[in-house]
Amino acid sequence: MKALGWLRLPLALCMLFLYLPIAVLVVMSFNGGRSAFSMDGFSLRWYGELAGNSALLEALGNSLVVAAGATAIAVVLGTTLAVGLARYTRSSALDAYAMSPAIMPDLVLAIGLLSFYSLISMTLGLFSVMLAHAVFGMAFVVAVVRARLAQADPSLEEASRDLGAGALTTFRRVTLPTIAPAVVAGALLTFTLSLDEFVIAFFTNGPTTPTLPISIYSMVRFGVTPEINALATVLLLVSLTVVIASARLSRRTEATDE
Amino acid sequence: MTDLITSTPTGRGAGERSSRWERVTLLVPGLGYVTAFMAVPVLLVLSYVFFQRGRFGGVVYEFTWDNFSRALSPTYRAVLVDSVVIAGSATILALLIGYPVAYAIAQLPARWRNVALVLVVIPFWTNFLVRTYAWIVLLSSEGLVNRGLESLGVIEDPITLLYTRGAVVVGLVYAYLPLMILPLYASISKLDPELREAATNLGASRFRVFRTITWPLTLPGALTGCIFVFVPSLGNFVVPELLGGGKFVMVGNVVRDQFLKARDWPFGATLALVLIVVLVVLFFVQSRVSRRVSTGGPS
Repeated sequence: MKALGWLRLPLALCMLFLYLPIAVLVVMSFNGGRSAFSMDGFSLRWYGELAGNSALLEALGNSLVVAAGATAIAVVLGTTLAVGLARYTRSSALDAYAMSPAIMPDLVLAIGLLSFYSLISMTLGLFSVMLAHAVFGMAFVVAVVRARLAQADPSLEEASRDLGAGALTTFRRVTLPTIAPAVVAGALLTFTLSLDEFVIAFFTNGPTTPTLPISIYSMVRFGVTPEINALATVLLLVSLTVVIASARLSRRTEATDE
Repeated sequence: MTDLITSTPTGRGAGERSSRWERVTLLVPGLGYVTAFMAVPVLLVLSYVFFQRGRFGGVVYEFTWDNFSRALSPTYRAVLVDSVVIAGSATILALLIGYPVAYAIAQLPARWRNVALVLVVIPFWTNFLVRTYAWIVLLSSEGLVNRGLESLGVIEDPITLLYTRGAVVVGLVYAYLPLMILPLYASISKLDPELREAATNLGASRFRVFRTITWPLTLPGALTGCIFVFVPSLGNFVVPELLGGGKFVMVGNVVRDQFLKARDWPFGATLALVLIVVLVVLFFVQSRVSRRVSTGGPS
């Protein structure tokens, strides 16, 4: 730590900048009073209100359905595509194409999908959001699995084939165990990104099926209440768990290489 | 697609035995999905820029340049310039904060480096709307910042922090700072410390070492970070709305309103085209710079 010298100051200030807003929300969520700005005794009442808010719970349910579906599509298509790209192409252009939904501005993707859905007269609802979330989720799955495959030893697959295993057996017994941690990390990534995604869902959801971020958006626009603080705290806890889980997974991925 | 299928499998030995069928089942579904749900939609919406709006919304496929002349009219030119200024300020601020922070993280012992990186990323995984909302709580007239300044005696009465241009910029920096720090960290941690030592031994001052060695070599990372902050900032419509109180209209707000309220899709698409052009130009610049740095050409 000594080598840091004066750099300790920007690092500390940055952490303060990153965590102060979050800390304020967490503290305020235990507010006993009605104000979202000043503490008035400790209480869990806003968590109670949250648990009884059926509109929000329904939106949460919608979000979970969308995220689960998008993750399933993204994992299947993304994993096969990553394996295919690693095995059959050296075209960096195709790699870039497969991962491009991850860098496409969300607003552009959102209006593009809205236009596309309208062109093919698809009914907007949870399904259209799910298909939309799967496309960027897949890009992340490809990126993570592709990186893992780049480090893997191709001779294992060859050996399996030389010993007479078919394509499916080789995939199931050799390739899949090698990339499993990356697949799980990609799935977690897709699931979390989908749960949080707002802009694309805002454009491609139906009028009666808000996802959680869409409900939060209308709550926040409406005004500031301690209920949002409680919701924010719960969401923070969930994200924290997922981030730590995926950090562990990726560390395990690195560790198995050595 | 055709030369993808007919191209010879590369390396990997199993090539001869892998059937064409296998290649098709692995590559076609994924690439087809990206094509159907990204490439086609984006090209479709970009084709709208040449067409007219229908009387009741929708698109009439009759060629026109009107969308461009309208996008360049003084009203929308002002919106574009303002968006670039706000997103640009956020980018520069994020770079100024991110560079020393990424540098500091790269100097940490390996164990702490990972902890610091996870700490930087955690807020990014917190719901974007919630993070933006947190700044309403902090910046409002009864908020923590005003109360803090009052109790320190810096100010007498609450000052207006929320619904200002500064609030929008801070909100954007907060939203995208991790996207600046991560690529910066990646390029700083790759620096060869011997280069700096050599320069120091030859008598260069610390500033000179930074200017002639550290900064040029980490420029590709810095540019990547700037793209990752600038592009989403430019298209953001939530932060200007929530923290700007609707006083600061950015490109993203206009695109949203053209699509969901005014129902003038061709004009909305024309403004969205700006986002794509900016993205493509910036990535082109970035790849040129990083190629020059990695081949050690003149800088």
